[in-house]
Amino acid sequence: MTAPASNFTETARGRRKRRQEVIAKWIFGSMAAAMIVPLLLIVGYLIVRAAPSLKLEFLLDIPRKGMTAGGIWPAFIGTIYLVFLSLAFSAPVGILAAVYLNEYAKDNWFNRLINLAVINLAGVPSIVHALFGLGAFVYAARFGYSIISASLTLAIMTLPVIIASTRESLASVPRSFREACWNVGATRWQTIRAVVLPNSISGILTGVILQVSRAAGETAPVMFTGAVFFKAVQRGDLLPYALTDQCMALSMHLYTLSTQVPGVQESIPYATAVVLLGSVLLVNTAAITLRAYLRSRKKW
Amino acid sequence: MVTAMTAAANALPPADVHIEVRDLRLAYDAREVIHGISFDLHRHEILGVIGPAQSGKTSLLRCLNRTIEFTPGTQVSGSIRFNGEDIARTDDVFGLRRKIGMVAPLPVGLPLSIYDNVAFAPRCAGLKGKSDLDSIVEQCLRQAALWDEVKDRLDNLGTKLSGGQQQRLTIARALSHQPEILCLDEFSIAIDPVTTMRIEDVLKELRQSMTIVLVTNLTQQARRLADRTFFLWSGEIVEFGPTEQIFGEKPKDRRTYDYVRGIFG
Repeated sequence: MTAPASNFTETARGRRKRRQEVIAKWIFGSMAAAMIVPLLLIVGYLIVRAAPSLKLEFLLDIPRKGMTAGGIWPAFIGTIYLVFLSLAFSAPVGILAAVYLNEYAKDNWFNRLINLAVINLAGVPSIVHALFGLGAFVYAARFGYSIISASLTLAIMTLPVIIASTRESLASVPRSFREACWNVGATRWQTIRAVVLPNSISGILTGVILQVSRAAGETAPVMFTGAVFFKAVQRGDLLPYALTDQCMALSMHLYTLSTQVPGVQESIPYATAVVLLGSVLLVNTAAITLRAYLRSRKKW
Repeated sequence: MVTAMTAAANALPPADVHIEVRDLRLAYDAREVIHGISFDLHRHEILGVIGPAQSGKTSLLRCLNRTIEFTPGTQVSGSIRFNGEDIARTDDVFGLRRKIGMVAPLPVGLPLSIYDNVAFAPRCAGLKGKSDLDSIVEQCLRQAALWDEVKDRLDNLGTKLSGGQQQRLTIARALSHQPEILCLDEFSIAIDPVTTMRIEDVLKELRQSMTIVLVTNLTQQARRLADRTFFLWSGEIVEFGPTEQIFGEKPKDRRTYDYVRGIFG
C-alpha cells in the first residue's frame, strides 16, 4: 500500500459530498432568488403601463372629467390621514398592552384570555373588521361614515400585530438585565423605563412602521366605514378633510377606477397603483433603515 | 442535627443574628426544592454555602431578598427574619432588597454607562443629588477594586467591559445601595483566578462593615474566606458548623467529608 501524497488528498466519497454541497446550495439559492422575479415583474409591469401618467402633476391634481382624467391628490392625502390617525390610536394602545402582557402579566386565566384574544384578533379577515367597524364606530358610537370611524377600524385591525411585534422586541431584552435591576430594589416600572424600553424601542418602532403599509393597502375596512368614491378637494390642499368628513383613499380609488368607472384613461389605475406601492416601499425602507441604524448602536 | 444547631443559635445574644431562617420550604409548582432548612446568619460573619448544582443554593438566596416572587408558580413557607422582622410581612419589599446586595453568577453589566450602572440603585431609592451620587459611585467602584481601571471612562457602556471588570461592576452595583448583607452567588465562575483573588481580598475588607453570604462551587474558596459553612445538598442542610469543622478531618457527616474532597457521589 502506497502512502497518500498528502493528508488532504480528496477521496471519491469526499468528492461526492462536495458535489452534493454545491447542488444543495444552488437549489436553495435559486429558490431564494426566485423571490425577486415576481417583485420585479409586478413593479416593472406597473411602471411600464403607468408611464404616460407618471408625473408630479398626477400626484398633486384632483380627479377630473368624472374620474377619467386628472390626478389622485384627494385619495393620496386621504390615505395619509387614515394611516397616521389609525396608528395614533393603535400604537400607544398596542405598545402599552404589550408592555403589560410581557412585563407585568402573571400566568392566570385572565391574561391567558387576553393572549387568546390578541392571537384571534390577528386572524380575523379584514372584511369582518370592516363590518365590525361599520357596526361599532359608524352606528353604535355614532361617528358616522368618517375618517375617524375608518381610522379606528384600521387601528383595531393593526393592533394585534403591533402587540405581537412589540412583545417580541421586549422579549429580546435578556431577562438577566431585569433580574439585576430587581436585585437592587428597582420596581418593575423603574426596570422597564431604565433598561427594557430603551433597548427595545428600535424593534417596537419598526413593528409599528411596518403596519403603515398594511393600513394603507386595506380596502374593505375603509370602504365600509368612511372612504368615498369622490370628494371635491382643492388641488394640493394639505388639510382638506375634517375628522368627521368622509375621505378618498388610494386603495379604494384604485378599486373604483378599475371596476366602476367606464372610459378611464388606461394609465391612471396603474399610476395609482404605483403611487400606493411606492409609498409603502418608501415607508418600509425607512423602517429597515431605522432598524439597521439602531442595531448598529446595540449596547451589548 | 438541626435541633442541636438551633439550640446553639438560640444561645447567642439576639442582636448577633442578622437573618434567621426557620423551616424554609420552597416549591416550584409542585416540586419541592428546599425541604425545610433552618439556620442563623450572624452579623459581620462570612457564611459559606457549598453544595453541588441543583441543591437549592441560588433559590435560597432568591428567597432572602424575595426576588423568588418574580418566578411564576413558586411557593415559599417557613419564616425568614431580617433583623427580627419577618420579610414576608414587610411593607417595603424594595427597601428590603436594597438592604441585601446580590451578585449573580454571571456578570451583568446593565446596558447603561458605568456611572449609571452604579448610580441606578441609589436613584431608584430616590437619591438625586449629583455630588451624593458621584461619591457613591466612586466609593463603590473603589470597594469593588474597579475604580482605577474605569475612572477616566465612566460614561462608557458597562456592557463593553471585560468579563472580570463586569463582575466587579456587578459587585459595585450590589454595594451601591449600601446593603447590610452581601450575597455572592458563585461570583468567580466567569472570571480569572487573579481577579478572583482580588475580589476575595475585597470581601475580607467588606466584612468589617457588612455580613457576607458566599455561595460557591469552589469549596476551597469557602475554606479560605468563610467563618462558618454549611453544606447544602438536595435542598437540605447536611452539615453546618465552623469552617474548620466542615473542611477538617472529622466533619460530623460522611457526605461532607466526601464532598469537600471531591469524591462525592
